[in-house]
Amino acid sequence: MTDFFTMASLVFVVGSGIRLATPFLLAGLGETIGQRSGVLNLGVDGVMLLGAFGAYWTILETRSPVTGVLVGLAVGLVMGIVYGVVTVTLRAEQGVSGIGIFLFGLGMSDLLFQKKVGTPLPIRGFADWHVPVLSDIPKVGEMFFQHSVLVYLAFLLVPVVAFLLNRTTFGLNVRAVGENPAAADSLGVSVARVRYTTILLANGLAGLAGAVLAIELGIFQQNLTNGQGFIAIALVYFGAWRPVGVMGGALLFGMVSATVLQWKTLGLVSGATSSLTAMAPAVLTIVALVVISRTVGQPAALTRPFDRGR
Amino acid sequence: MYTRRNRKWLGLTAMLAVLALAAGACSSDEEAADDGLFKIAVVAPSASNDLAFTQSIVDAVHALDGVDAIDITDGTFIVDDAAAAVRGYAKDGYDLVIAHGSQYGGSLQEIAGDFPDTAFAWGTSNDTFGLDNVSAYTAASDQGGYVMGAMAAAMTSSGVIGVIGPIAVGDAKLYVDGFVNGAAAQDPGVTVNVNYIESFSDVALAAEAAEGHIANGADILTGTAQMVVGATGVAAENGARWFGTQSNQTSLGEDMVVASQVYKWEKALQGIVNGVKNGDLGGSSHTINLENGGIVIEFNDGVDAGDARAIGEGLIADIKARMVDTGA
Repeated sequence: MTDFFTMASLVFVVGSGIRLATPFLLAGLGETIGQRSGVLNLGVDGVMLLGAFGAYWTILETRSPVTGVLVGLAVGLVMGIVYGVVTVTLRAEQGVSGIGIFLFGLGMSDLLFQKKVGTPLPIRGFADWHVPVLSDIPKVGEMFFQHSVLVYLAFLLVPVVAFLLNRTTFGLNVRAVGENPAAADSLGVSVARVRYTTILLANGLAGLAGAVLAIELGIFQQNLTNGQGFIAIALVYFGAWRPVGVMGGALLFGMVSATVLQWKTLGLVSGATSSLTAMAPAVLTIVALVVISRTVGQPAALTRPFDRGR
Repeated sequence: MYTRRNRKWLGLTAMLAVLALAAGACSSDEEAADDGLFKIAVVAPSASNDLAFTQSIVDAVHALDGVDAIDITDGTFIVDDAAAAVRGYAKDGYDLVIAHGSQYGGSLQEIAGDFPDTAFAWGTSNDTFGLDNVSAYTAASDQGGYVMGAMAAAMTSSGVIGVIGPIAVGDAKLYVDGFVNGAAAQDPGVTVNVNYIESFSDVALAAEAAEGHIANGADILTGTAQMVVGATGVAAENGARWFGTQSNQTSLGEDMVVASQVYKWEKALQGIVNGVKNGDLGGSSHTINLENGGIVIEFNDGVDAGDARAIGEGLIADIKARMVDTGA
């Protein structure tokens, strides 16, 4: 165990935890915006898969990671329009619609991959960006300031989303629609417009999360996300519908995963213990989820379609 | 609140999802032929072109003689989905139904009992459940692992090698054990760190495990199962060498992959097919290995392995001559 308590080990665990947390964070921030307006999207994982494939295929064709990121974002926005039409305009039940979107994304991303690419081919993404001055700080620089630009982007979005939700008129409208859409409507707020906007933002970020995953891994494969979108949804509850809370949950999940990986690499756990520790991130998240859900209430109108005539 | 209009769109959404899933999950490359022809069906957990486990069986069935039609259902990482596909093929009258995945054993045992006149094969395992219509197949992957472990030990500059495994079962465990033993036999001073990530499909976790190995000093990596495509990217990014298994993985990095252990399942399956044609539906197990040509080490000429290549070729000959015990 002494091998684990070394500075080199700490540097790896923190750096790795941050990398692992990034897709969860992006998808979780998007889902937070959506849920604050009363829209639950269980299809996050499917949108991530489509965004991941879109970015991957674009980079294969153009060799441009920037274009790949933009395509991943655009794919998410398109799926947002679809989800908005289904859940806002047609007022379909959100849970079932989200599962439909997930299954569509799972199947369609694999189908497109088989037909357009076939055998997995590596792509080259962004080189790590060493933040001037800060990256030169011994150990600290290695942990925090030598990552891909996409990692910094994800963490910079935390204060941006927090500001958007808590300090702007749009954020006020989002929260009002998520708590009491009828009251918001009576005050002249267009519930449909607000929810369409949040759905677009949420799905755009989910597509971006998928793009980041594919670009950082440098590959695409069937079911690449492996359920990360569902974990992102759980982290929204974990974070009590607050961007900083979601970031904390994503980092906790990432750090625990990285710690377990390091234990295994160093041979500190093996056999049945190894299998048990592999469950640690999920178990920890569930426990925290149970505790938090008993103390913090979800947006009152979450999952409820709004029908002005009723 | 549910309305008639809502129900209509719920139905449409569900239909869309089912169609998309069916299109993605079922990539049938050839239609089943009419009765009278010899038809094979394969059910496998990942994509047909995963450069690993599933691709090895897909390549194999296409190399078989005397087969008139092949149907493949890939991507059935959910065992219940695989079981439904296996049962469906049996009902549809396929002559041989292959369940390619050790996780399918429990389901296959039940289904094979319901279709005593249909031949089934499954792997990787030696267990036929005592059923006369079930064949089992497995790979002595420890042999290739041993060869490549010895090569890796001869090539490493840092003295540290990293291994990424899925779950310690079946041919994955055999491969890892053989690799570790081969490295130790070649150079006992080399450290081999093994990390089973407890998943066959988590590409991101495999990539991060590779990062961990690199951070701990590894300059050579290997791994088994379909999730290793994430780890190969990390190896390439950090200038590490890679040893592949199950399929030839050179396309993942032509200046990185030293050699790949390639499964030639057709060496086992051809005997099963011939037996079924002669009325022998199963009841025995088959192992591919270096000696019977079911396992082949394919070297990548694009990477200069130095003396390690000669070490590898020598060990292949010794294992074929049964002069080396892999210890796995």
